[in-house]
Amino acid sequence: MKISDFELFKSLLYERSGLVISPDKSYLLESRLTPIAKKWGLPSLESMTMQLRALPDEKLIKDIVEAMTTNETSFFRDTKPFQIFQDTILPVLLEKRKTRKSIRIWCAASSSGQEPYSLAMILKEKEAELRGWRFEIVATDISDEILDQAKRASYTQFEVQRGLPIQYLMKYFMQFGDSWQLKDEIRNMVRFSNFNLLDNMSRMGTFDIVFCRNVLIYFDEKNKGEILEKIAGQLENDGFLLLGGAETVLGITNKFTPNPEKRGLYIKSDKPASTIVSPRNASAAPSSTSSFTSSLFKRT
Amino acid sequence: MKTCLVVDDSRVVRKVARRILEDISFKCEEAEDGMQAYEYCKSSMPNAILLDWNMPVMSGIEFLEKLRQMPSGTNPKVIFCTTENDMTHIQRAMAAGADEYIMKPFDTDIIRSKFIQIGLIADEE
Repeated sequence: MKISDFELFKSLLYERSGLVISPDKSYLLESRLTPIAKKWGLPSLESMTMQLRALPDEKLIKDIVEAMTTNETSFFRDTKPFQIFQDTILPVLLEKRKTRKSIRIWCAASSSGQEPYSLAMILKEKEAELRGWRFEIVATDISDEILDQAKRASYTQFEVQRGLPIQYLMKYFMQFGDSWQLKDEIRNMVRFSNFNLLDNMSRMGTFDIVFCRNVLIYFDEKNKGEILEKIAGQLENDGFLLLGGAETVLGITNKFTPNPEKRGLYIKSDKPASTIVSPRNASAAPSSTSSFTSSLFKRT
Repeated sequence: MKTCLVVDDSRVVRKVARRILEDISFKCEEAEDGMQAYEYCKSSMPNAILLDWNMPVMSGIEFLEKLRQMPSGTNPKVIFCTTENDMTHIQRAMAAGADEYIMKPFDTDIIRSKFIQIGLIADEE
């Protein structure tokens, strides 16, 4: 790919989605955008680039942005964040919200839906304990195509094997030929909508928990900082933020304080970091991998 | 070191499985059918068994039922690994005492994530 073409896509992607693409990723542009050129009836990536320069079509730009945003995900991806959700965050919030009895969760880059649906399955397993509570799971992504896929909630054999315990597959999925359809009882627990993290977040409302995992890595420092500060604005003062394993707030914003015991878990800091009480101390519930995995495998 | 017995009549599958299992620090033993696996378990119980369904001499499900009747036969974690990919087979395997179920084809990620879920290996980020 010519350097000038690379620069064109680089600035377009940055402007529209905040996505930062380095020259060593030009192969990604070629592999993901060639199908878009084909879809638009253009003979090659070069001719698409020419059209983009001559007559930028908004729909074409949207397709390009969607194709370039990464959709890598799996059920219970990385295990630990879900363990933290179940064993650390939930006990704290069930105590703190016991009069309000409602909890709002935001999955800020939900891709094909595995993350919000994993949370929904955890909550479904705890149905008896949570009777009378209202849980709202809002899941957003920048790509309409991936959101449609998420709403359909039909997964391949490969997808349902990565991270999903077999007991959950048996309980919450129906098989249609080669695909596995998530049952409505779980699907209906999640509400999907299109959202660009660079946009104004106030319409999203206030949340108790925000999952924003493995998405900030694609932004530059400036946008990372802005997104995190906007998320802080949508989070209750005692709310929780979960980031991906390779992400941090350190050196980017002081709106959040990392929990030293639980990697990826952050709480909002209105006070200097030293006065923040770790959520672990606020929780009486013990947390361990075994309690999480055993509850995942609880047979009913 | 934990031991995993790979039970499959395909030499290729055993070889692929061995490579993945050794990568996650398991000592690997092999059996070509349920009967060989049964004989192996009589002399020593492995920590894990990766089990095919359709095999000559004795099928995987037959072996699992026998295994769970043996002294200490409930100790090994049994993970089916088979081309049988319908709900009926999955339910039958779980009812017979399997701990997990992998539908072929599989890869390192699938084996690793299933092994983490049933506590055979620790989750290291």
